[in-house]
Formats: sequence, C-alpha cells, structure tokens
Amino acid sequence: MDLFLHQVLAGLATGGIYACLALAIVMIYQAIDHLNFAQGEMAMFSTFIAWQLMQWGMTYWVAFCATIAVSFVAGVAIERVLFRPIRHAPALSHIVVFIALFAILNSLAGSIWDYNVKSFPTPFGSRSLIGEGLMSSHDAGMIGVTLLMLVLLYLFFRHTRVGLAMRAAAANPESARLAGIRVGWMNALGWGMAAAIGAVAGVMIAPVVFLDPNMMSGILLYGFAGAVVGGLASPGGAVFGGFAVGVVENLAGTFIPYVGRELKLTIALFIIVAVLTVKPAGLFGRNIVSRV
Amino acid sequence: MAEALLETAGLCAFYGATQVLFGLDLTVTEGGVTTLLGANGAGKTTTLRAISGMVRTTGDVRFRGHSLAGRAIEDIVRLGVAHVPQGRGTFVRQTVEENLAIGAMSRRDRAGISADTERVYRHFPRLKERRRQQAGTLSGGEQQMLAVARALMLRPKLMLLDEPSFGLAPLIVRELFTILRTLNETEKVSMLVVEQNASLALDLADRAYLIETGRLVTAGAAHDLRSDENVRRAYLGY
Repeated sequence: MDLFLHQVLAGLATGGIYACLALAIVMIYQAIDHLNFAQGEMAMFSTFIAWQLMQWGMTYWVAFCATIAVSFVAGVAIERVLFRPIRHAPALSHIVVFIALFAILNSLAGSIWDYNVKSFPTPFGSRSLIGEGLMSSHDAGMIGVTLLMLVLLYLFFRHTRVGLAMRAAAANPESARLAGIRVGWMNALGWGMAAAIGAVAGVMIAPVVFLDPNMMSGILLYGFAGAVVGGLASPGGAVFGGFAVGVVENLAGTFIPYVGRELKLTIALFIIVAVLTVKPAGLFGRNIVSRV
Repeated sequence: MAEALLETAGLCAFYGATQVLFGLDLTVTEGGVTTLLGANGAGKTTTLRAISGMVRTTGDVRFRGHSLAGRAIEDIVRLGVAHVPQGRGTFVRQTVEENLAIGAMSRRDRAGISADTERVYRHFPRLKERRRQQAGTLSGGEQQMLAVARALMLRPKLMLLDEPSFGLAPLIVRELFTILRTLNETEKVSMLVVEQNASLALDLADRAYLIETGRLVTAGAAHDLRSDENVRRAYLGY
C-alpha cells in the first residue's frame, strides 16, 4: 500500500509535466480544430529564450515574464504568417506545416544553442518533500503553477468579453462573424495564448528533463495522451488527463510485469488508442445537446 | 417614397465558377420592410449572403452611402447590417444570456448593452425566463427568437432575415411575425425578409420582389403583388 501511494505521488509529479503541455495543446485545438504537432518544439524554443535571457543576466522571474510575452507575440505571428494563408486548406496541409514548424524550430534551436544538454534553474528549490525523491519541491511548484494557469484560464473564458468572443469564434465561426467578431484575430489570440502556456510548460519541465532541443520528444506524446483523455475540448479535462496519464504510466511501470521502465512510452500510445476506441469524446468531452 | 437605406445595383453572386444571381436591383427604404419571394433555389438566401459579404459578388451594394462591395463580413455587420441566418446560428453551448452578449460583441458601451439586454427581454419575455439555460436546449421557435434578439443587440439599422418561419409551428410563426412588426415600428429597424410563406411576408412588408433563378421577375408595393392575379397563381400558390 505504501508503495502504491508513493507511486501515485511520483506519478502526479510527472503528470504535472504532461498536464502543462496538454493545456497548451487543447488551447490551439480549440482555436483551429487541429492538433499542433509543433507544440512541444515551440515550448522548447521558448525555454531556450528564457535560458538565454538568464544568461544575459536577467533574474528568473523577469526572464520568465519576458519569455511569456515574447512567446505570445511569436504565437500570434505564427498564426498570421503561416496558418492564416492556408486556413481553407485541408487538414493534411496543416499537418505538413506543423511538421515543417517542428523541424525548423528543432534545427534552429540546435544551431543557435547547440545540442549539449543544459541544466535549467527552478525557483522552487529541489528539496525532497515526501519520501525519498517521490515529489520534490519543484514538482509541487510545477503542479501549483499548472493549477494556477487552469484557474486563470477558467476566469478568462468565463468572465471576460474577449474570452466569450473566443469561445463564440471557436464554436460557430460564421455566426460569430455575423455578430461582428473578428474571428481571424481570435484564432491568432488562441495561438498566442497557447504559445505562452507552452512557454510556462517548457520552463517548468526543463529543470526535470534538462534543456536541449530534443527535450520534448518523449513528453509531447504524453501531452497528447493527456489531452485526448480530457477530450481535447476542455482545459480542465486536459489537466486532469495529464495527471491521470502520469499516474497510470507510473503504476503500470511498477506493478505490471514486463512494462518496467522500457515499455512506459507504449502506455501513452495505449491510452490514446483505448480512449479513442471506448470514449472518443474523452472523459470530459461533453456531448452537445441540441434541438432542431 | 422614403429614402433608400439599402440599394443593390446589378448585383451578381457566384459560388466558385457558378453564377447564382444575375443583376438584381433591390431597394429597402429607411424604416421599411422589403420581402424577397421566390421558389426554392431562386437565390433568395444568396441575395442576403451577397449583401453581407459572404459570397463573391460583382455589382454594387450601397448602405447609408457606404459601398459594401469587397468589405469583410465583420465590417458590414459593424456598419449596422444584422444578418439572421437560416439555421439561426445559435451558439448551442452558451447560455441565452451569453448569446446576447456575443451579439453585442462589436459594441463597447457597457451601460447601453445592459439596457439593450433588458429591452430585448421585454420583446422576448420567454428568453428572459430561460436566460441561464444552454441555448441548444431551447425549442426551435425560441432559438429563432434568440437569433433575432442576438441581431438586435447590434443596434442594427437593417436586419436581413432568412426564412424566419422555417420549421416552426404556425402559432409560433404568428407570434414571431407580430414581434417583428413591433420591432419595425418601435425600434425603427428596417428589414429585408426572405420567406417561403409568401402570404405572411406580404402582410409584414411594404415592398416586395419576386425572383426566379437569380433574376428579378416582378417588383412593387406588397399589396399590389398580393392582388396581382398572375403572380398569385404562379408563385404564391394560393
């Protein structure tokens, strides 16, 4: 039982990483109805920017805020420059551009900052909070930041006019335009917010997995799994899904023979397939009630 | 005749390479109600979509002195043209109140918006009862009323109504058209109404156009069209 509890805690700690990224994935999915395969690389690039700013002598929190601002602007720019011209193109065109973006950001980061693994600071310290290395103060801090982002997003979408306009634009673009909402800019705003959330995720993840251009390669898949579990449409679901994937992965690695450390990544794929088969709308995907 | 609020001249519309409208000249007068009649596929919906900038057009559309041709939907809406689309465009997951707030999204005057919300609720008391309800759970008639209410939140000068009676029970239709008449009289909203139910539309309208495969067949005062023996037998079906 002790072992079980410990593994759940450790799972929550890694789940915080996935939850962060799943949140960013869901933000863009809401805006454009596609999964952004470059989400992880965007977050990685933002993290390098934060690292660079700190190398230039900025304090942690100044660099943190500056990175969020830069990432937001970059996200808006990516939508305006790359995706707006192809907004009527089929899904495959979008996917190709996502993959291009993935490759470009990855190589660009490699050529600017090289591929050596760098350590990344944490403002929360790395004391062991519970047990032997099951959850560190950084893990707890990361979970706190993720939940804080979720609350802020909730308040933004529920209680601000821009939030309502973004929901309207995502739900029914044509009708939103007929209400005078500039849907194109709402999409750009969604990209900016997703990029900013991704930046926070990257900065929170980097102290755990260390900073290098390929830091997201394993994590993105778990992020997708978390987002799919949550139903792709709800930020809360994505965060829950991220934690759930972290816990399941950890428990399976501990208690199911053969899985161990090596087959953990398979768990993420298994979760994606299982959820899509059994409950395609995700655990939190609402079935839309509608009368005609 | 009162001054023209909306005027189209030689309006043509295209879906891809297919031409759907062939040079329509229409007028909606300031404070007036114009109806556009015709069989299925005559191009009635397309005419409204052409005015709102939702399809590719040639020819000119003038609204209060502005040319609408080539403008984005959002900009045309912000000039005061509210389009109530066929299918009502309900935001089904949002509440009734949020739907109204979405309608007012292009406005900044907080006080004016909340005053208008109350005014709209006076016209549609049923919506007030259901203000916190998810809009997708409203009945068809209520959703149609919500669509009109949402359009009103723009404080439009002109409303384009696409088949407001579509799929509604006769009693609800009568209620809706009574409200539309009240809105025209008290809120001074001019209207361009597309309808299958010609008799109903001619009662509401002062001016009527009959179109057939994208071309104008007859135009005139609503009561003239109503009493025109040929028009009645051939197109209005009564």
